[in-house]
Amino acid sequence: MRETTGERWARRIVLSLLTLFVVTPLYVMVTSGLKPLRDVQGDFTWLPTRPTIQPFLDMWRTVPLGRYMVNSLLVASVAAIVSVAIAIFAAFAVSRYRFRGRQLFSVTVLSTQMFPGILFLLPLFLIYVNLGTLTGIELYATRLGLIITYLTFSLPFSIWMLVGYFDSIPRGLDEAAQVDGAGPMRTLFRVILPTAIPGIVAVTVYAFMTAWGEVLFASVMTDENSRTLAVGLQGYATQYNVFWNQAMAASVVVSIPVVVGFLALQRYFVAGLTAGAVK
Amino acid sequence: MATTTAPGPVRPTGPPAVPAAAGRRARRRKSRRLLLPYLLLVPALVLELGVHIVPMLVGVWMSLLELTQFHIRDWSTAPFTGLENYRVTLDLDSATGKDLVHSFWVTVVYTVASVGLSWVLGLAAAVFLQRPFRGRALLRTLFLTPYALPVYTAVITWSFLFQRDTGLVNHVLAQLGLVDEPPFWLIGGNSFWSLLVVSVWRSWPFAFLCIMAGLQNVPADLYEAAAMDGAGFWRRLGSVTLPLLRPVNQVLLLVLFLWTFNDFTTPYVLFGGAAPREADLISIHIYESSFVTWNFGLGSAMSVLLLLFLLVVTAVYLLVTNRRRAYA
Amino acid sequence: MSKRHLAVLAAALVTTASLAACGDSGGSAGEAAKTLTYWASNQGASIEFDKQTLQPELDKFEKQTGIKVSLEVVPWSDLLNRLLAAATSGKGPDVVNIGNTWSASLQATGAFVPFDDATLAAVGGKDRFVPAALAAAGAPGKPPTAVPLYSLAYALYYNKKMFADAGITNPPATWEELVEVGKKLTKGDQWGLAIEGANPSENSHHAFTFGQQWGGEWFDSSGRPTFDTPQNVAAVKRYIDLMAADKIVNPSNAEYAQNQSVADFANRKAAMLLWQAAGNNFKAQGMSPDEWGVAPVPFPATTPPGGKRINSMVAGINIAIFKHTKNRDGALQFVKFMTSDEEQIILNKTYGSLPSVTTAGADPAFQAPEQKVLREVLTTTAAPLPQVPNESQFETLVGAAMKELFADAASGKPITEALVREKLSVAQQKMGS
Repeated sequence: MRETTGERWARRIVLSLLTLFVVTPLYVMVTSGLKPLRDVQGDFTWLPTRPTIQPFLDMWRTVPLGRYMVNSLLVASVAAIVSVAIAIFAAFAVSRYRFRGRQLFSVTVLSTQMFPGILFLLPLFLIYVNLGTLTGIELYATRLGLIITYLTFSLPFSIWMLVGYFDSIPRGLDEAAQVDGAGPMRTLFRVILPTAIPGIVAVTVYAFMTAWGEVLFASVMTDENSRTLAVGLQGYATQYNVFWNQAMAASVVVSIPVVVGFLALQRYFVAGLTAGAVK
Repeated sequence: MATTTAPGPVRPTGPPAVPAAAGRRARRRKSRRLLLPYLLLVPALVLELGVHIVPMLVGVWMSLLELTQFHIRDWSTAPFTGLENYRVTLDLDSATGKDLVHSFWVTVVYTVASVGLSWVLGLAAAVFLQRPFRGRALLRTLFLTPYALPVYTAVITWSFLFQRDTGLVNHVLAQLGLVDEPPFWLIGGNSFWSLLVVSVWRSWPFAFLCIMAGLQNVPADLYEAAAMDGAGFWRRLGSVTLPLLRPVNQVLLLVLFLWTFNDFTTPYVLFGGAAPREADLISIHIYESSFVTWNFGLGSAMSVLLLLFLLVVTAVYLLVTNRRRAYA
Repeated sequence: MSKRHLAVLAAALVTTASLAACGDSGGSAGEAAKTLTYWASNQGASIEFDKQTLQPELDKFEKQTGIKVSLEVVPWSDLLNRLLAAATSGKGPDVVNIGNTWSASLQATGAFVPFDDATLAAVGGKDRFVPAALAAAGAPGKPPTAVPLYSLAYALYYNKKMFADAGITNPPATWEELVEVGKKLTKGDQWGLAIEGANPSENSHHAFTFGQQWGGEWFDSSGRPTFDTPQNVAAVKRYIDLMAADKIVNPSNAEYAQNQSVADFANRKAAMLLWQAAGNNFKAQGMSPDEWGVAPVPFPATTPPGGKRINSMVAGINIAIFKHTKNRDGALQFVKFMTSDEEQIILNKTYGSLPSVTTAGADPAFQAPEQKVLREVLTTTAAPLPQVPNESQFETLVGAAMKELFADAASGKPITEALVREKLSVAQQKMGS
């Protein structure tokens, strides 16, 4: 299939505009991290007139950035992996079985996606505290508590999205596997999951980012040891000043692992592309 | 939830004609098969119950109490006021009621605009990135980057761009000679547009990601066939791409809607404590009504009303989209 | 149950167990008598700076008493929410710093140990504390909910060189003079005064001071809000008019909410600033102490009817003890330690604030011109913000209303009395019953 000239130009223009839209703030983020504070507070300049890497050094001292980063990465990754694992089983059940309560389950889970966080922040907090007092399982101000909270934030959407992906996988593949004697679990792991990889990756990324960026619950449910980046980065706005340049430098640094992770996951999109072509 | 189009249950396997001994085995397998779906749902159910549903019910109960700072330490002392909080919230002659309605409409317009734009940009990028070309992988990563940034960093970067005296936006506008007097972006009427831009910047990559994943399932030969029939770009988009994206879109649009409607972080970080009236999103509004003014009963009542609204919208949305899918 | 089901169950269990492994447990309750948890507020240039400042003192306390204090410096953006959460759940730190304007609001929760005479005696007695500072620690007539730790007041900071260049010899003592010199100082990129127009707390503090000077009260004697009285309207309008009518404030200041006005002053973009103990901050931003002068906040030239001679709120940080503490005696010992002369001198010197105990004020560390002016204001012409339970609502609502007024002023909309009254009466209605 050939691309017409009009299409080619449309593609170039649209992609260029989108690139500009995406890149401008990123550019400012990087260059502001290379400016002294005085310059960042002054008139805007495209290039640092007095470039310095000092903000990249100072940022570790202004806030305990390293610890926040470890917390965020740990909380977001574990929450994402567990959430997607749970979602895969649930979505498999909903997509491949007819059972009593199926509709009720779907509707209930979906509706939890609508709960305004502000409505259940305080109750959830109290539940965690009381659970800690009663059972000794400490969920308040721990990473465990955050992981459990965040994984449920992404769960409804993950289930729903995966049901959509699983539904689009032809039943014939399941049946072929079953004719070969595979049970349901084997069918799920050997047939459905490999085909649904792009969807699973997308959902994992969603679950990760949900946990990675959450602010409201983190601001109440964390202490210094469990604080995540999303709230921890606010430490650059201190009683004295907003250290814009350090905040920008820190933004650059904390984004690197996530962007690298995205890069690594791209392979699976491409893998999914070829798998799709075979179907 | 895809119920109308979901195909029937997995057919039992094994040879159709069974002697008596195998009949028992088949029955046992059948009961196991009946149990299995529930077993698969248990983890999801337990977590949703514990973290969402039970706390939400507590929240509903809170909305019936006069839960101010005098009573938060011991809720049993909080007077039960029935629907009083709802009456205050819905009293449209009072400042509280008027502000809530105003905030509600701001949120509706903001949500529709943000979701619409995010979806269009996401679709455009996904469609134009389908065809291999040099630099495609780079662009794909680049487009996903806004989504990879912690919300706080993304929003604070934008607030930096929007500063009146020192920001890039006014710098560019002035250089292009478009404005005489530098406008404000973070206070007053423009703050709505700033909020919208930041929101779209943050959420369109997600639309892009989902649509891109959805497009992987579109077989290339369908396009070939359409192209051979002489279908142009828009025809192919309308008759091949969009119909095949429908399941993804149904989920994506709803999730973007709920996400944007309940978005708290973006306005909170962009405007600090008090959002300008023009950009007073409902989540911030409720936050201020409960956490800042310490009236958790009133805040909960507002949240419950918000939840009811979202439930109704979602139910209607699902009914309409599912019916359309059934006829499609 | 089949093997396969068992496998699914096992997978679920492993998942749960691995989750549990991620949780870190806190210290056990048995050590309660030997430990305390202390939440400090962010007073210095950064959270890390505060930790480095406080840790040696906590070590000293441990050496004296054997009580180990684990410290967390909580950013201001989180502090009130965290306090609220701790008050609600009965779980949290033993000792906390609170903004002194929150005292009455937090007192109403009943979550803090009241400092009645006996309790006060345990930390050195009522007379140790600067009376004005202790007056801002709870509702009048009730035992204070906290004791003052760091004391602050507003002052007028001015750039000496800019004043000299404009031929101004004395800092303004009245608002009329301030406007007059402000106009002389406003030229080119330089502005007469920098303000924090989008910061609700700052706005509400000025609303209080101007209100006092114009004879207004924000709450009546029974604690009901009286926001839209003619006096308060006139007071707020006077403050907004510095930008709207007098034009000595850069309209950009209408969007300042994160201490940019201090940066503007330190970067020589503005000649005057109304702030609390800003000296250390100027220094941190590269402005040397001999570049700026300090004077009391001005008064109106002719006192309006009912106007009071008040030119600052009693600002500061208080220290409080949660009732849920398991180590009340230790907590009291710690409060006593933190308010001891020695610690008061060390800490207030570091932060540029004033000691909250009378005996430490004479120390040479607090004889610089800035501290002298602040102490003078604090002891003679400062008043505490209304000590009513819904004080925090006042700060939020009136501060936000003024933010809107500044936004209007910055975009050239005329600021009329009617407009000010309208905004204030909407704020008042939102206070509820």
